[in-house]
Amino acid sequence: MREERIQHAGAEAQTSRTDEQPIPEAHPPGPVPGPLRRIPVQPIAGGIFAALVIWFLFLADTRADNDVVGGVRRLWDGIVALPGILTDTDGYRAWWRYVNDREGWDRVLANTLEHVQLVAASMLAATLISIVLGVLLHRVRGLRAPVLGVASVFLTIPSLALFAVFISVPGIGVGDRGPIIALTMYSILPILRNTVTGLEGVDRSIIEAARGVGLSTTQRLLRIELPLAWPVILTGIRIATLLNIGIAAIAPLVGGTGLGGYVRDGLQRYPEFTAVERMWTGVLATVALALVIDLLFNVLRRTTTPKGIRP
Amino acid sequence: MTDENAPTYAPDDAPEPMIRLEGVGKTYPGSSVPAVERLDLDIPKGEILVLVGPSGCGKSTTLRLINRMIEPSEGRILFDGEDVTTVNADQLRRRIGYVIQQVGLFPHQTIAENVATVPRLLGWDKARIRDRVDELLELTGLDPGIYRDRYPKELSGGQAQRVGVARALGADPEVLLMDEPFGAIDPITRDRLQNEFLRLQSEIRKTIVFVTHDIDEAIKMGDRIAILGERSVIRQFDTPERILAYPVDEFVSDFIGSGSTLKGLNFERVRDIEWNTTFPVATEGDDVAEARRRLAASPEVWMLVLDREGRPSRWVNETMLDAPGATLGSVGPQVRAKVLPNATLHDALEELLLSNAGQAVVIDEKGRYQGIVDVDRLADVLKRMRADAKRHYDQLATAAADEAVAST
Repeated sequence: MREERIQHAGAEAQTSRTDEQPIPEAHPPGPVPGPLRRIPVQPIAGGIFAALVIWFLFLADTRADNDVVGGVRRLWDGIVALPGILTDTDGYRAWWRYVNDREGWDRVLANTLEHVQLVAASMLAATLISIVLGVLLHRVRGLRAPVLGVASVFLTIPSLALFAVFISVPGIGVGDRGPIIALTMYSILPILRNTVTGLEGVDRSIIEAARGVGLSTTQRLLRIELPLAWPVILTGIRIATLLNIGIAAIAPLVGGTGLGGYVRDGLQRYPEFTAVERMWTGVLATVALALVIDLLFNVLRRTTTPKGIRP
Repeated sequence: MTDENAPTYAPDDAPEPMIRLEGVGKTYPGSSVPAVERLDLDIPKGEILVLVGPSGCGKSTTLRLINRMIEPSEGRILFDGEDVTTVNADQLRRRIGYVIQQVGLFPHQTIAENVATVPRLLGWDKARIRDRVDELLELTGLDPGIYRDRYPKELSGGQAQRVGVARALGADPEVLLMDEPFGAIDPITRDRLQNEFLRLQSEIRKTIVFVTHDIDEAIKMGDRIAILGERSVIRQFDTPERILAYPVDEFVSDFIGSGSTLKGLNFERVRDIEWNTTFPVATEGDDVAEARRRLAASPEVWMLVLDREGRPSRWVNETMLDAPGATLGSVGPQVRAKVLPNATLHDALEELLLSNAGQAVVIDEKGRYQGIVDVDRLADVLKRMRADAKRHYDQLATAAADEAVAST
């Protein structure tokens, strides 16, 4: 009977011989043309916007008298004055002279590297903690709400306060240690949430198939789930890093290092000579650093996203 | 397998079981009703067993109990005689291919990497894996040169399931579990994949458990079919022929639906039945009056006219022959309904319904007349199939009764 049924199937197949050709290809072979190399418009626009906001806030805050109407008027005055200030080449020249002749590019670079160290150390710690925690939350559904809740609370603590709190903790004190811990705490939520979201987003049927062919829980995690969730996790790391580059500028206020030193010095000296130049040095270097890091993340995303899941 | 159930669940003519489920059931914690009732099932080696039943009857759950994707809450699973109920489930699954409806290819891996999943887990060396991948792609009808380095997103649904089957066959497992593998594929491609898969199975002879809700697919794919009712209780377990000829109860006959008798005709071939060879036949150019006399003497209404090579050419009746100037070969409708001996009776039925004379003419490879198949003969075949199946079940019942007597 077996034989006959196979033949029967064969006979059926023969009547549709033309159907036996390979199925038409869904895509023509060969590389698909990729998108044009883009200029990172978004980060640049973001940087400029952030710089303007900082500048306005600074302008509006120089007289802390709780006069809202007056504050808005001064803000408006500032906006009106902006073209004048922006076109005042003396300001640029003064800043350039300060950096070029007095401070020196090498010291700006050294401060930038310190800033990078702060951010990198905290990001490394936060990434490790968040991914491990994220995998745990993905497995143990009940933990998700409480842990994410705690991570959200971290973000609501005012940064200056959080930085300062660690001074009183024995073994931490003044210096970079407190800021690194604080920055780590701030970074956990974005990475953690994206790790959970990324792992959640892996198609159920893929997990099912992976189990079905005999991949163990660990193999499934390392070979299937994490690689597929990686683009989402990386986005979380990127967001947290950019956030941290800004927040890290507070570190010098608690005895730490980094580009925040310029802002602090400027505030202390204001309105003396070079005060504004110092502050602008801090702001511009921070924004430039953020732009460069963002570019690096773009490259990282392209190179670490598996080819099969690139958009 | 408990003995009292043996007659119902294990067809007597089945080969050695490859997988044996002994009282395997699943009750989810917190539920008083089992999702799968205690199930005894022998899955014969080298055959396709189809589990078919209405939606929600637990057939997928039953399938997933076999490779312990779902851990059974009771019973034993024997795999070629070896108890695998408590061995490492991941290692067990590497010995059992698994194909699901959604395919579930790993999108970040190339086709070759997907197919190589199990061989890599088993630590095969690179050259062996590469050869195996190419072999499997060829086997499933994909050109390795074109598809090896592609990614799943570049494949159509049909191609993806071919890769899914190739991945499941990765390390040449004895057993293949398929959960509605062609369910999400368009009808034309599905038909093609089914045919190709049957041809593939005739080469590889795996033990296959195939889940579907489509009775037609079950009939087409299955060497044996288990029709499952609620909570995966087996309502009938037999060859498709016998299930079609003799549904054991209302549930089964409702499920296989109307037209099951006609579907049964697919399992018999023209060469297996007796043809009518005494049908009145004449050859072109014969004497008309002589032919007319012979036709009048026979009980038939029509006479078949052959050409000089013995090939059927026209049908004639008495009125046509009576027409003035009629010669054999010039009057009467052309013979269109011709079948080869290896055609199925279903084909023959279709032909004879279309034919003017209500007869299907059997011809040999050269087109020469061999005999006639008519509706009466097909009806006889159906009656015989039904009687055979009934006798089979009667014998089983008697044997079971005897055994029950002997054991008390």
